[in-house]
Amino acid sequence: MDLVTRRIRGAHAIAGPLLFLEAVPSARLGEIVRIRTGAEERSGQVIEISGARVAIQVLEETRGIAPDRVEVTLSGEVAKLGVSRTMLGRVLDGLGRPADGVPAPIAEARLPIGGAALNVMRREKPQDFIETGVSAIDGMNTLVRGQKLPIFSCAGLPAGRLATQIVCQARVRGGGERFAVVFAAMGAPFREYDAYLEAFRSAGVLDRTVVFLSRADDPPIERLMTPRCALTCAEHLAFTHGMHVLVVLTDMTAYCEALREVALAREEVPGRRGYPGYMYTDLAAIYERAGRIVGRPGSVTQLPVLTMPDDDLTHPIPDLSGYITEGQIVLSRDLDRKGVYPPIDVLPSLSRLMGLGSGPGRTREDHRPVADQLYACYARGRDVRRMAAIVGAANLGEDERRQLEFADRFEAELVGQGGAFRSIEETLELGWKLLSAFPPELLTRIPSALVEARRGKGGA
Amino acid sequence: MSARLVRVAGPTVAVSGLPGVALNEVVYVGEERLLGEVIRIEGDLATVQVYEDTAGLALGEPAEAAGESLSVELGPGLLGRVFDGVQRPLAELAERQGDFLGRGVRIPALDPERRWDFEPCVAPGDVLRPGVRVGVARDGGVEHPILAPPRVAGRVAEVRPGPATVHAPVVGLEGGHVVCLAHRWPVRRPRPVARRIAADAPFLTGQRVLDCFFPVCAGGTAMVPGGFGTGKTILEQSLAKWGAADVVVYVGCGERGNEMAEVIDEFPRLVDPRTGGPLLARTVLVVNTSNMPVAAREASIYTGCTIAEYFRDMGRSVALMIDSTSRWAEALREISARLEEMPGEEGYPTYLASRLSRFYERAGRVVTLGGGEGAVTIVGAVSPPGGDLSEPVTQASLRATGALWALSADLAHRRHYPAIDWGVSFSLDAERLGDWFEREGGQGFGALRDRAMKLLQREREIAEVAELVGTESLQDAERLVLETARLLREGFLRQSAYDPADATCPPHKAFLMLQLFLDWNRRAAAAVGAGVPLRSILDTGTGTKLVRLARTPAGEMPPAASALRAEIETSLERLEAE
Repeated sequence: MDLVTRRIRGAHAIAGPLLFLEAVPSARLGEIVRIRTGAEERSGQVIEISGARVAIQVLEETRGIAPDRVEVTLSGEVAKLGVSRTMLGRVLDGLGRPADGVPAPIAEARLPIGGAALNVMRREKPQDFIETGVSAIDGMNTLVRGQKLPIFSCAGLPAGRLATQIVCQARVRGGGERFAVVFAAMGAPFREYDAYLEAFRSAGVLDRTVVFLSRADDPPIERLMTPRCALTCAEHLAFTHGMHVLVVLTDMTAYCEALREVALAREEVPGRRGYPGYMYTDLAAIYERAGRIVGRPGSVTQLPVLTMPDDDLTHPIPDLSGYITEGQIVLSRDLDRKGVYPPIDVLPSLSRLMGLGSGPGRTREDHRPVADQLYACYARGRDVRRMAAIVGAANLGEDERRQLEFADRFEAELVGQGGAFRSIEETLELGWKLLSAFPPELLTRIPSALVEARRGKGGA
Repeated sequence: MSARLVRVAGPTVAVSGLPGVALNEVVYVGEERLLGEVIRIEGDLATVQVYEDTAGLALGEPAEAAGESLSVELGPGLLGRVFDGVQRPLAELAERQGDFLGRGVRIPALDPERRWDFEPCVAPGDVLRPGVRVGVARDGGVEHPILAPPRVAGRVAEVRPGPATVHAPVVGLEGGHVVCLAHRWPVRRPRPVARRIAADAPFLTGQRVLDCFFPVCAGGTAMVPGGFGTGKTILEQSLAKWGAADVVVYVGCGERGNEMAEVIDEFPRLVDPRTGGPLLARTVLVVNTSNMPVAAREASIYTGCTIAEYFRDMGRSVALMIDSTSRWAEALREISARLEEMPGEEGYPTYLASRLSRFYERAGRVVTLGGGEGAVTIVGAVSPPGGDLSEPVTQASLRATGALWALSADLAHRRHYPAIDWGVSFSLDAERLGDWFEREGGQGFGALRDRAMKLLQREREIAEVAELVGTESLQDAERLVLETARLLREGFLRQSAYDPADATCPPHKAFLMLQLFLDWNRRAAAAVGAGVPLRSILDTGTGTKLVRLARTPAGEMPPAASALRAEIETSLERLEAE
């Protein structure tokens, strides 16, 4: 707070989450303001300035604000968060203030939460395989350090359980390095965040976790700040303290809804389904804050969770996310109904960085070809299943029956592993076992040398 | 200096007090002198889109007009470099600012200190026309032709051979004009050419499915639409790696940082099969990732295109990759919304289609001002929301480009890459290139292609029937079609970017492969006709060998193909005899 603070009395208008002031020549775009009405104080942020008015987005409840009586103080600085290593083990609110009754940690630095774009020349190519213990991820859609890999869920599916399972089990081969978890909940109902915290506690990772909590009953606008605070903290832990940070952001759908609410309150031209046209840019500013930096030991890996409205993969929220993130893990209601856990539909799932994190020296030489072959066979099996629903199983040929049976076993055994940890070797061996249902010459996605080496061992 | 900011909203600001400022003129905004460009003028008020982060700007901060349109610097030292959307060199920015991008820093695109050795090929008294070669600049193995820039003409008065920086005059003309190693050019103005000519050779991509079925001319345009995860970026990168061009300009427009990090890491180590040098030495990267300022993303495709045209003017064949034009269109939409313009379809401005087609029109095969021949080929990725091809950017691109390389989510889900949907894609250039492929690929190329396409089409029809009656009810002849199509899909249309022998495929290899696939089909059909059960034909394993043919290096293909053809013949003859 090195600048002279400035104070304005009385606002021109208030509408939803926005407060409009008469011209304030010295206001700066993005600046944080304090809004005082009587004894209450709230914080807000300048989002537009013109000769005639200044628009302020109020980050807290606007109920009870009387425009005539407000007093607005300009802080002279953009939104910042005091960050420190001692935040580990703490529970903070959606704006980064203590929510566990303990005084705020002493800040090692105060950083702008908006972050800055990482110069691509300084980005380290992500390539360290993270073993999550989940076959459908490790085997089929490998996660690597510095990646952003969201879970696309549907209402009622166990995305939270999968996310916590990954957080608690994930390890890096030859590990021993320091890792931390940053957990940001946006618009989370009690049962959801409580389940997360309980799972962290029982796995013993809570003291390595920083929690940013914007609850369902907190003002929606707060959610716009929560992921930014969380990532600012994660970057500090990663790039100043050299930790490997796994960031869970849940639920990005609630975040996007808050974004829409503010955009429409500003009377902006709405884009698809009312979401603002700049939502891609806005989401990119969050998701792109995953990665590694050349010459620094730490990493930020993101595991955002979002709920697809109406289970629709083409809804703007999953759609824009999918265009920014490096793949997606898609959960399926069908598999969930069949009792498969984790209910990951591998066909629309993807890890774009799989090629960097798999193969000799990282996992195994046969990893990629086996995964490709499993994909090809499973996709064919699903086709046959659809056909069988029409023509009846009796009208299937021998090959087709085999493909159908493969698809069933793939779902039940490889995907549906339950909550246990499965190493990448176990996953690949299981893959070979399932593929052994086919004659070797049908395994055209796997180089013949590998198939033969396998047959020599009596594997496939 | 009385110009002041009067409005700040996202990436646009309004400035009053810039008399005489022109549309598209560069303006320096605020105390930090952020780079901006005038996009609207109303009375005293100029609206400026700012190419840097606008957070922290306040009313009353100063602004200054630069007196020129947004321009790029063109000269020796562009190749192998990485720039942002307004041509700031990212490696040098990192040295100056550290790991994260800051603001208000001006670094010239070309190193002003670097000394090149200039060897002229003109002498005093020569008459110089625009676009004519005046000499060559050399430094550390790099040779860069120097041309008289457009609009520069006259009689040579003085020539200065020897060491020169990019801004030092190396040729003086009567009347005071000079030619330096580098010159500036406004990005939104296409560089002039003598005339455009019809293209007659393909831009070979190294991807079988594209080169054989949907080839595009050198100087043509193609669009690559696909939902997320269908492999647009991988395809664009494969083209940048294996595409047959002298120079590749790759514009990462609003895409991912990690992917660009991969390119930057990989390209210096990859070998350019045409020159034997590193692939990076023929590449210019323009990178404006999704989290970099949105206005600079809008400018990035023009920056890339102007650099491409500069190399074209030297008589080179240039490929310009844009990933992705949808992000450019969204930047346009975002700026348009801030200007409170009346929105057209899906909120995009009404001038989206005309801007896009004007941009693609900058592609082409040309006779340069200097009399040589050059070409710019543009391949633009499109990211349609929800994979829905009826959206405005896809539709506008369809009208503007000559080829549609559509990506299919279904193929991508099966990990069939490149996931080009052969049922939807087309190329308007294919017919024009027919002669070339007959000559360079092999006699009968066109006929083979037609037969293969018919077969794939027939597969779709039979598969539809099979969905209703089950494959058991099909005749062996029909099942042979399904089987051949499966082999074609697995062994020909699919191509592994990870297999060194298969990553790129020259036309003559593709020709031999396709010939063999179709010969197998014809031979097997004859056998089926003679009463041999399809099962026995499949059990010969010759089909599987066909699929594995793609992993044979191009040089070993002719003997490998002959051997396999002989094997097919003997094994089927044996079956017929049984």
